[in-house]
Amino acid sequence: MSTAATAMLRVCTAAGCRSRGGEQLRRHCATAATEAATEAATEAMAAGAPPLRVKGVGCLGPCSDGPLLAVDAEDTTRLFGFAADQASGRARAERVAAGLQQRLRATGSAPAGAELGTWRPPGAHLIPADDPFLALQRRLVLERCGLIDPGELDDALAAGAYRQLRAVLEQDDPAAVIAAVQRSGLRGRGGAAYPTGLKWQAVAAMAGQRKLVVCNGDEGDPGAFMDRTVLEGDPHGVLEGMAIAALAVGADHGFVYVRAEYPLAIARVRRAIAQAQRRGWLGTAIGGSRHGFDVEVRVGAGAYVCGEETALIHSIEGRRGTPRPRPPYPAERGAFGLPTLINNVETFANIPVLLRLGCEVYGRGTKVFSLTGPVRRGGVLEVPLGTSLRTIVETMGGGSASGRPIKAVQTGGPSGGCVPASALDVPVDDASLRALGTLLGSGGLVVLDAGTDMVDLAAFFMAFSREESCGKCIPCRCGTVQLELLLRKLLARRGTAADLAELERLCAVVSSASLCGLGQSAPRPLLSTLRHFRPEYTALLNAEAGQPQAVQP
Amino acid sequence: MAELHADGLIEVLSRAQELEGHLSPALLRHVARRLRLPPSRVLGTASFYHLFRFTPPAAHSCLVCTGTACHVQGAAALLAALQREPLAQWGIELGTVRCVGTCSGAPLLVVDGRVWNHSSGATAVADLRRLMP
Repeated sequence: MSTAATAMLRVCTAAGCRSRGGEQLRRHCATAATEAATEAATEAMAAGAPPLRVKGVGCLGPCSDGPLLAVDAEDTTRLFGFAADQASGRARAERVAAGLQQRLRATGSAPAGAELGTWRPPGAHLIPADDPFLALQRRLVLERCGLIDPGELDDALAAGAYRQLRAVLEQDDPAAVIAAVQRSGLRGRGGAAYPTGLKWQAVAAMAGQRKLVVCNGDEGDPGAFMDRTVLEGDPHGVLEGMAIAALAVGADHGFVYVRAEYPLAIARVRRAIAQAQRRGWLGTAIGGSRHGFDVEVRVGAGAYVCGEETALIHSIEGRRGTPRPRPPYPAERGAFGLPTLINNVETFANIPVLLRLGCEVYGRGTKVFSLTGPVRRGGVLEVPLGTSLRTIVETMGGGSASGRPIKAVQTGGPSGGCVPASALDVPVDDASLRALGTLLGSGGLVVLDAGTDMVDLAAFFMAFSREESCGKCIPCRCGTVQLELLLRKLLARRGTAADLAELERLCAVVSSASLCGLGQSAPRPLLSTLRHFRPEYTALLNAEAGQPQAVQP
Repeated sequence: MAELHADGLIEVLSRAQELEGHLSPALLRHVARRLRLPPSRVLGTASFYHLFRFTPPAAHSCLVCTGTACHVQGAAALLAALQREPLAQWGIELGTVRCVGTCSGAPLLVVDGRVWNHSSGATAVADLRRLMP
């Protein structure tokens, strides 16, 4: 009965499924399992087998089908969703728990879960393992996400967490770690795609007694939630990556900066840090070595610009999150004036994986995407870098769910642009997408159907950048206001060809003269839609406007 | 790192707002005194971030997500529908939030910290009405 011993229910309790009653579902199922085990024990007048394990886990992938529930029994895993289930969270949880209890009772005195191999939660639909959404993924960063209980260090340890940190500590050769990261070709996953190994080398080369490691979890692009998924589903993977980085560059202190809009991620990271400290994986003399590394959580307070590294540094210092000119780069002068290594959540999470697999097997690596908008199946997925956008959106996501054809895919948030439907065969990597006038960005993919007004979308993003502009430099502070006004003028059909020309001219000024990435890339959604959907702009032009109006009698 | 700067200011302000509901002038002065920071530095930081507020909150909060996925799936119409209702009289403060990262439920609302998925103007208004005492 070895298979029965591994039977388990995994319920997604990450933010997406939680909003669909995932936590309620887990609680009810856990209670049902405990009650069934107690009954069985009473009947057998014995201590009885331990109850079926019901585990709350991080993201299982296709959020649009949530709440998601995975049943592990008899060496197979079956994933269930409740997309078509109209019941309230509570009614659903009660119904599923009743079904579970009934099935477990039928099992009698056999080890809990032995009969779950064919069990289908009432009201659920099966998402087959060969569904392209699941089958075409290569889960490296998300390997443990959805498998482990992110609140239990033992669960993570059993699944291999901190093993690479131990190896690195035993080897005690920082230069070798940096060399391995460089050889892998890993580039930053936060959007800028800067070679990670180079950055590490620059920080390691800095003189100074104290250095810092900062994890950028200020995932501000609307429609992007890869980092939230990683932090909620496997916080220890990120902490392990940070500790390895600290060792490699000679840092003894770190910060995880998480945006305030992610309360669950914040709670899970805090818990993970406390657990890792208790067990000696963080703190002084980690893993019994001569190295120490402490980590603190810093919570944002709602400012998109804080995702920019110099603004983030100011925010960590408790100041206004305004960026400053670079150089000096944070590698030289970062938080508190100390040499600082800043990487994104997903970048750190890649480190233990690439060290474990080695460069050959790791290959080009993967990218985690969040797929949203009107697609049949949306959520979080991890695919090899270079997978085509068409594969992700049409094959894995199942295409449009609205009945209208897909018009474009928006990538890179307010700093990115749109890939028109005709160019969906583009492989997702930074260079290919830049050639199309957009960027890979942090990994948010918003599908747009034929009902989307591209000029309105450009105005939406410009309003976002205008609102989030910190106001420090004039091109961004004033330019975004003027650009939005011009777009609104076009949308009101009061614009002329001269306004359109002015729009393009101003875009060039704002992108070339702004201080930081927010301003420099603020015009990109506009320029990208102008490039691929220019007729939508020209159709709005009003030939009469600007001419002397005829006086009405 | 506290020995380097009064760098915990944002944490202190967040906690203070959590306890008091908003950052009053007296509270800001108190924070400045205790952290030995000029009041301008404290107010300057507090006013920079969207989540800090200087007036007391209403009994309930209703935030319309205006992220991209919600925008292309009807957030503007949802917001307009809610703006037509006398929410303030019902003790509900209406606001917006830029993406909470659970976009599969777009368009969505965050009501008193809980996510309401696939909201339409009519259902949201009916459900919000029930929040009234």
